[in-house]
Amino acid sequence: MLMTFPQMGHVEQLIGDILERLDIDYMPPPRTTAKTLALGTKHAPEFSCLPLKLNIGNFIEAMEAGADTLLMAGGKGPCRFGYYAELEGRVLRDAGYDFTMVTIEPPSMGIAKFVRPIKRISGKSTRQIWRALKEGFPKARGFDMLEKRVLETRCFELKLGETTKAHKEAMATLVKAKTPAEVEGAIEAGMRLIDAVPCDREQPVLKIGIVGEFFILLEPFVNFDIEEWLGNRGVLVSRSVYITDWIGPTSKNPVAGTSDAELTELARPYLGHFVGGEGVPSVAHTMLYANEGFDGVVHMFPFTCMPDTIAKAIIPRVSRDYDIPVIHFTIDEQTGKAGVVTRLEAFVDLLVSRRRAKRAVNG
Amino acid sequence: MTDGFKVGYPQALLYYKYFPLWETFFNRLGVEVVLSGPTNKALLNLGTVEAENELCLPVKVFYGHLLALADKVDAIFIPRMVSVEKSAYTCPKFMGLPDMARATETRLPPIMDPTINWKLGWRQYVKTIIELGSQFTDNKAKILGAYHAGVQSLHQYQDKIRAGATPIDIIESKEAPRAGVADLRIGLAGHPYNIYDKYISMNLIKRLREMGTDVVTAEMIPHSELEKESQTLPKHLFWTFEREVVGTVFHWSRRNSVDGIIYVLAFPCGPDSLIQSLLEHEMRRERSTVPMMSLVIDEHSAEGGFLTRIEAFVDMLSRKKKLAGRVAN
Ligand code: SF4
Ligand code: SF4
Repeated sequence: MLMTFPQMGHVEQLIGDILERLDIDYMPPPRTTAKTLALGTKHAPEFSCLPLKLNIGNFIEAMEAGADTLLMAGGKGPCRFGYYAELEGRVLRDAGYDFTMVTIEPPSMGIAKFVRPIKRISGKSTRQIWRALKEGFPKARGFDMLEKRVLETRCFELKLGETTKAHKEAMATLVKAKTPAEVEGAIEAGMRLIDAVPCDREQPVLKIGIVGEFFILLEPFVNFDIEEWLGNRGVLVSRSVYITDWIGPTSKNPVAGTSDAELTELARPYLGHFVGGEGVPSVAHTMLYANEGFDGVVHMFPFTCMPDTIAKAIIPRVSRDYDIPVIHFTIDEQTGKAGVVTRLEAFVDLLVSRRRAKRAVNG
Repeated sequence: MTDGFKVGYPQALLYYKYFPLWETFFNRLGVEVVLSGPTNKALLNLGTVEAENELCLPVKVFYGHLLALADKVDAIFIPRMVSVEKSAYTCPKFMGLPDMARATETRLPPIMDPTINWKLGWRQYVKTIIELGSQFTDNKAKILGAYHAGVQSLHQYQDKIRAGATPIDIIESKEAPRAGVADLRIGLAGHPYNIYDKYISMNLIKRLREMGTDVVTAEMIPHSELEKESQTLPKHLFWTFEREVVGTVFHWSRRNSVDGIIYVLAFPCGPDSLIQSLLEHEMRRERSTVPMMSLVIDEHSAEGGFLTRIEAFVDMLSRKKKLAGRVAN
């Protein structure tokens, strides 16, 4: 058995670590490229959302390279993600592939549905699985914390690319860490490495918050590396979603910093009920960024995404009421980097001139 | 306060499923219900201009109906339909509908948006109904009575549909059901607001009938039957209305009880985008002999191309049937 799973940001390091702890042989798919996207688009339902298409592309490329067991998360709605695994399995079988699909349902659907498939493939006991998750989680969180620190540093760096370099190094060290002590040490060392990047923290920077659908925000291939692009232009970037906030055992979201309950409460006047995915978080974080004095917000999500299309219908209202510019990017297989960059440049220019105008008014 | 109070009811989306219930409920409380009228070109245009461009066609249509009511009523009724059963949701769009309505550029009258969520159990549901009715009377018994009468209206409506009339037949002309007379029987699957809205479906039902076919829909099959069929999927489908679509198609295809299926879906419907592919896969796997055609409708659907496709499909079905008849004889 050789297991694989879809690519998404640094999920490769995260899942890889857990699988190693469980002695499961695995092989991450090759990093997502235009070819992955073309494969996915060819096989996936036409109007399905982009993450599904890329999952399928990843799985095909991984199977071509020898993987035979596909690991996917499940879910119980209301957005499409909860039925992804069902669809992907069917699409891939129709395309002639032979494989075993392992779907892990969220613990909220019953601990058994969560643990049983892992037990079956790993042959480990519930206790051993529990331990692997318990020890793997702080490491996963470490990756998120490094990413966050990078976003807060890059815009101040004196030499272009230094932060990214430090980040890579920090990641490599953390990947190797296994025991709790090693993990803790690697995170600390990584933070120090990033903090040591020569910076001018006094220079004024624009602040942009990024909200939107999970997958798009986490996978640089589909968000065109927007965080790095902005950071390289001296923009301080804050991202509203992190993977361990999402999968974590609590809904407090310690990395991004605002709990689900607070987000729901905040969004209520504009969106009074959860709508799946990042619908509520996208609206609430836009408000939060405005309150925190950010200059603007970038909202990104896949074309046809239900929760974030709802958010897109509502955010213009928030933008007006809170006086914060928001730019929306709807991503599908046709979206090109050039178009995104052109619009982003114009947006950054707009924010710069707004800042100047404000300064002129306020003295 | 009920004297002359008018509640606007957009004639779109779940109108086709639940209107008789709410109409009776409000009327019993002395509230007048004002409909936005059938969809037409002007309404659709209004909707597409106001609505976020990436929303699905039915929600854009809904925006049109909202705007049509804007200066005609004292309040607009947009229940937040989270779930109509314990084990599933409706669609995220329904869950955020009142909020999307509030975010429109156009000023709308106050929106009445009780949260209908059966996941929270019947106690909560009763509370919601009483809260809703309390805007018009303090008499709880009267509110519950009105609701009870509403449910009866809904049941009568559902009975008529089960007997073969479509919601449009009932709402419009109360014309007698007329299934069971033609040679060809076509199953029309899809969300009620896609197949019963005459404008956005380009009068599909009437056209099919004019081509000499009988049209049957999900509402004509007992609900428990749909449920049983859809439960054969390995993973429980967590959207109620998609489960109905799946159950319907399985019901027809596994019994061979229709000559062909037309599945109408709107662009870009989130759930349907997956269900279409799921159904195609399952029917292939079960070696179904019932042909199924998917019709995707959006605001740019051209009538000409649409008609040609339906005619070709119906022709194909009748050739297939004749051939089968000849073989059998
Ligand atoms: S959140 Fe949006 S893009 Fe993600 S699975 Fe759900 S519908 Fe698709
Ligand atoms: S089920 Fe599909 S068509 Fe209906 S509201 Fe939801 S996305 Fe739109």
